[in-house]
Amino acid sequence: MSSPIISLKGLTKHYGSLKAVDDLNLDVQKAEIFGLLGPNGAGKTTSILMMLGLTEPSSGTAHVCGYNATSNPIAVKKKVGYMPDNLGFYDQMSALENLVYIGRLNGLAETKGKARAIELLELLGLKDVMHKKTGTFSRGMKQRLGLADVLIKEPEVIILDEPTLGIDPAGVKDFLALIKQLSKQQGLTVLLSSHHLHQVQQVCDRVGIFVNGKLLAQGNIDTLSQSLFGTDAFVTTINLTQAVPQPWPLETELKQFDALKKIMIHDQEIEFTCSREFTAPLVRFLVEKGYDILGVHQKSYGLDEIYQKYFESNSINQTKP
Amino acid sequence: MKSQPATRKPFGVMVHKEIADQIRSWRFAVLIALILLTFIASMYVSLSNIKSATGNTNDPDRIFLYLKLLTITDNSIPPFHVFLSFLAPLLGISLGFDAVNSEQNNGTLIRLMAQPLYRDNLLLAKFASAMVIVSSLFVALALLMIGGGLILTGVRIEPEEFLRILGFIALTIAYVAFWLSLSITLSVRFKQAATSALVAIGIWLFFTIFYQIVINLIIKSIIPDPNFLSQAQVMYYNELILNLSRIAPNQLYTDGITTLLMPSVRSLGPITMEQMAGAIPSPLPFKESLMIVWPQVSGLLASTIACFALAYYLFMRREIRG
Repeated sequence: MSSPIISLKGLTKHYGSLKAVDDLNLDVQKAEIFGLLGPNGAGKTTSILMMLGLTEPSSGTAHVCGYNATSNPIAVKKKVGYMPDNLGFYDQMSALENLVYIGRLNGLAETKGKARAIELLELLGLKDVMHKKTGTFSRGMKQRLGLADVLIKEPEVIILDEPTLGIDPAGVKDFLALIKQLSKQQGLTVLLSSHHLHQVQQVCDRVGIFVNGKLLAQGNIDTLSQSLFGTDAFVTTINLTQAVPQPWPLETELKQFDALKKIMIHDQEIEFTCSREFTAPLVRFLVEKGYDILGVHQKSYGLDEIYQKYFESNSINQTKP
Repeated sequence: MKSQPATRKPFGVMVHKEIADQIRSWRFAVLIALILLTFIASMYVSLSNIKSATGNTNDPDRIFLYLKLLTITDNSIPPFHVFLSFLAPLLGISLGFDAVNSEQNNGTLIRLMAQPLYRDNLLLAKFASAMVIVSSLFVALALLMIGGGLILTGVRIEPEEFLRILGFIALTIAYVAFWLSLSITLSVRFKQAATSALVAIGIWLFFTIFYQIVINLIIKSIIPDPNFLSQAQVMYYNELILNLSRIAPNQLYTDGITTLLMPSVRSLGPITMEQMAGAIPSPLPFKESLMIVWPQVSGLLASTIACFALAYYLFMRREIRG
């Protein structure tokens, strides 16, 4: 395994007595999309600011692209594009001018920067409005311009803070698809923070759950749900045409399967709880026994449930002094 | 050292952009109109009175036609240099009061800070761009005045006069620089642009109007009855009052330009009869005038730098959030 492109070790930040970030350890590999998930005020933005050297950690280190972000922020900022959560542009300048300005600050020559800016605006579907002042832009357009703004310096890593905030659902979908596509095409490492679970679920390779300054768990969604829900991770619901008699004669036969943990019957609906993915054998079994199946629904645990679970355990911890 | 070429460049780019922004803004248009109007009005008044002023044989400064153009008036309006002592703070404040906080409120500051540039470059660029604008404005005005005077009167300008006018311009620029750096400091300190503008104007009003009153009040309460004082003590208290009033930047500026534009001014404090004895009421050479105002100039520059240092201190380690 190559060395991680973002490496945070024991990162801690206090604001007075408040611990905004508490002993954060995190590695993000190259070309990975990592989602930093957590409720508002969990310390996501603070962690990101420390990665960029925009605020000093109380203790611990943040290394990005091999540079220490606290002592050498300029080197980090050359390689990292950052899109803040409420990003603004110079309203009196056009989209193109805004982009070219940032490009020039990154050392691009005027003509080359302009060519690249136009290229990016085309990629992000803003070519028609590139001479309009950004003051007239909608939130979604600004968000896309923000992405162009991040990409103009040809970064190795892009950090997006709440990139989907305030965009409509269709826009979010396009935006995330675009991020994913860019990441795959250019081998970009993406770190995005969000409190929108579903959106992050769509694009992230790995997620970290961040609550009250602590990283509670990290991994891909499957491992997370496995570790959380353990044996109850797979639930299959099957609807039949006729009501199932109680007690069900087949129940003893079904108990033979070691993967099957629990069977719940409500009239025409049977809910199977399994320790692994077990839908197909169940369906085959029922069909062989002559049942007419109307519908099969395999419930998979998403981030919502994971999140919920963490909040539950978290609130329990909090009530205990 | 190693990153020198990479950091010089963003600074230039920022100054470029800031200048363009300032010039395109409405506020700059208004200020320029105000200053041009004052300039034209005071030039008109002084040109119409120039004949009587240069013909006045009791005035040792009468030979300096161009200095006269800047200073004489028929009392209908103040002369240009007095006008400037009001307008220069306004110019400095209005160019700097929203330098940092407006960027922060628009969310552009964090985006800018995420670029590979040193933080101080932002402050420096804001300051430098405004200074470039102000300097070109005043130099242009001075040259306009000299050129206009040459055409209208046909009188040759003395090198000495030219130097004095340049000194006057330089001092004015330094004065604007003080207010500019003060207002940039306030723009770092206060999140709302309106607050920082109000505070800056408050400081300006305090120094121009109330400071003198406050000093008089304090001195009156502590000074003994003048009838029981020796001459040396009277001198001492006079000096004290003057020095206290020189804490105000506008006093420094007024002292400075008066000496530069009126060559016959020999001292800014009280002069004893012994010192005056044998003195011929004639203009001083430029170098001597410069020596007299040097403390004032250094005082102004020092306060400018102090304000700027404070801005650095407040800005450099601050956490910037979107």
